[in-house]
Amino acid sequence: MSTRNIGDVILDVKNISLRFGGVKALTDISFNVREHEVRAIIGPNGAGKSSMLNCINGVYEPQEGSITFRGQTFSHMSSRQVAEMGIARTFQNLALFKGMSVIDNIMSGRNLRMKTNIFQQAIRGFGWSAAEREESEHREFVEKIIDFLEIQPFRKTPVGRLPYGLQKRVDLGRALAMEPQVLLLDEPMAGMNVEEKQDMSRFILDVNDEYGTTVVLIEHDMSVVMDISDRVVVLDYGKKIGDGTPGEVRGNADVISAYLGTSH
Amino acid sequence: MGPFLETLFGGLMSGVLYSLVAIGFVLIFKASGVFNFAQGAMVLFAALAMARFSEWFPALLGFDNKLLANVLAFAGALAMMVAVAWLIERLVLGKMVNQEGITLLMATLGITYFLDGLGQTLFGSEIYKIDVGLPKDPMFLLASTFPGGILINKEDLYAAVIAAALVAGLSLFFQKTATGRALRAVADDHQAAQSIGIPLSRVWVIVWSLAGFVALVAGVIWGSKLGVQFSLSVLALKALPVVILGGLTSVPGAIIGGLILGVGEKLSEVYLGPLIGGGIEIWFGYVLVLFVLLVRPQGLFGEKIIDRV
Repeated sequence: MSTRNIGDVILDVKNISLRFGGVKALTDISFNVREHEVRAIIGPNGAGKSSMLNCINGVYEPQEGSITFRGQTFSHMSSRQVAEMGIARTFQNLALFKGMSVIDNIMSGRNLRMKTNIFQQAIRGFGWSAAEREESEHREFVEKIIDFLEIQPFRKTPVGRLPYGLQKRVDLGRALAMEPQVLLLDEPMAGMNVEEKQDMSRFILDVNDEYGTTVVLIEHDMSVVMDISDRVVVLDYGKKIGDGTPGEVRGNADVISAYLGTSH
Repeated sequence: MGPFLETLFGGLMSGVLYSLVAIGFVLIFKASGVFNFAQGAMVLFAALAMARFSEWFPALLGFDNKLLANVLAFAGALAMMVAVAWLIERLVLGKMVNQEGITLLMATLGITYFLDGLGQTLFGSEIYKIDVGLPKDPMFLLASTFPGGILINKEDLYAAVIAAALVAGLSLFFQKTATGRALRAVADDHQAAQSIGIPLSRVWVIVWSLAGFVALVAGVIWGSKLGVQFSLSVLALKALPVVILGGLTSVPGAIIGGLILGVGEKLSEVYLGPLIGGGIEIWFGYVLVLFVLLVRPQGLFGEKIIDRV
């Protein structure tokens, strides 16, 4: 498929347990993600996939366990700190800035990389002030992403007016604008038709290939998962029941029974 | 025709001030979903600080230059408002993230009383003057078109120009700068904003500071017209019908709502007053809002909330 080399472990999740009151969302989950790979997390509804992503992203704070990212271990981190470390995400239920244009949405992903402060930004001078120069530099980068995702015709359209499949692309674009090392994708293809799914798969593989971005994704469509991922973690009822290449996982008896049910 | 236009202009000018206070409400509501009842108290607090600093600074530092005194006092009052914004975020709102809107509203009600009290303790409770050199003399317009022309207060005209410049500056800031974009992003979706590394607490401090800045400008203009006194805080509450009228989430709505209220008040006072008795200005805004809400529950420019069923 490609010439990319899978590197060392970049993200290491160890013994994560997460409870909401008496509900155990995750129990003792461990897995790792290697640099440049596409790692999928699958499982039936309610298996704890999104909870896992939310732990990595700093939205939830697990009661036990640790997450190591590029040698740095953390147990509780705010979303902002995680973003600063180079982890970006997209959302299962789109969380775009609906009133803002496509360009502004993606530009907002550059926010962390902008260096000028609010007072410098208040100074405008026909494109020559520091803030304006910075803005146009970042704008160039954003235009590349827009080209890459093939959404040029919609760049000034408020995102709320775009069809669902395109909104998903903008969500991906905003995450890409952060130039993340790891990209967390929460059901990037949910609710899409076959053609849209193919487009999205292509974008994910291209990102992975061209920028070397490590991808962790949650997905329900098995054929997509088997096609694009290097390794797969399988969760069921908050526990890990399988881990390995798509081929290995497909043959795993526990995984088959979780998806198809067992006979009693 | 002459008297009608005169009333109309008078109404527009006082409407501009309502708009200014209303913009403060809208800024905060948009970015944090908090209905900031304390906006009126912030106007009073800022005006008090401005009025007293412009007396204290020359006395303390021993100079006698009105312009310098005003500039320093304005800077001092602005610093004060930023400090207030920071403290509110630190001590009140930061602790109440994800609470119900009604809880946050009650918190701002508390801030209102606190600011009213603190302002009068620090700065005194007399009536103070703000003199920023706005001309007090009236002028006559269109004297050739109408007999006698139209009488316009120059001070009102200056105030309107300042307010318009402020509004233009704010909207440029929101549309064109990275910080403005971050503010709009937070207004749209808190969680997504955090995931791309926008710090909510800093954004809130900026928004409350901006609202403090707007309150200061409104306070200075109002104070130089009427003097700085406790009733400013109450007067500013007239902006409540304005924000409901314009829609809580719309800055243009706040501006137009303010103008409608100002004009409506003055015209009704002059033309309806003789028929149904005076004092209409006091309740006109609220009745107007009732009628608007009957027809458009989301306000004139507010976002229509459509729920998917």
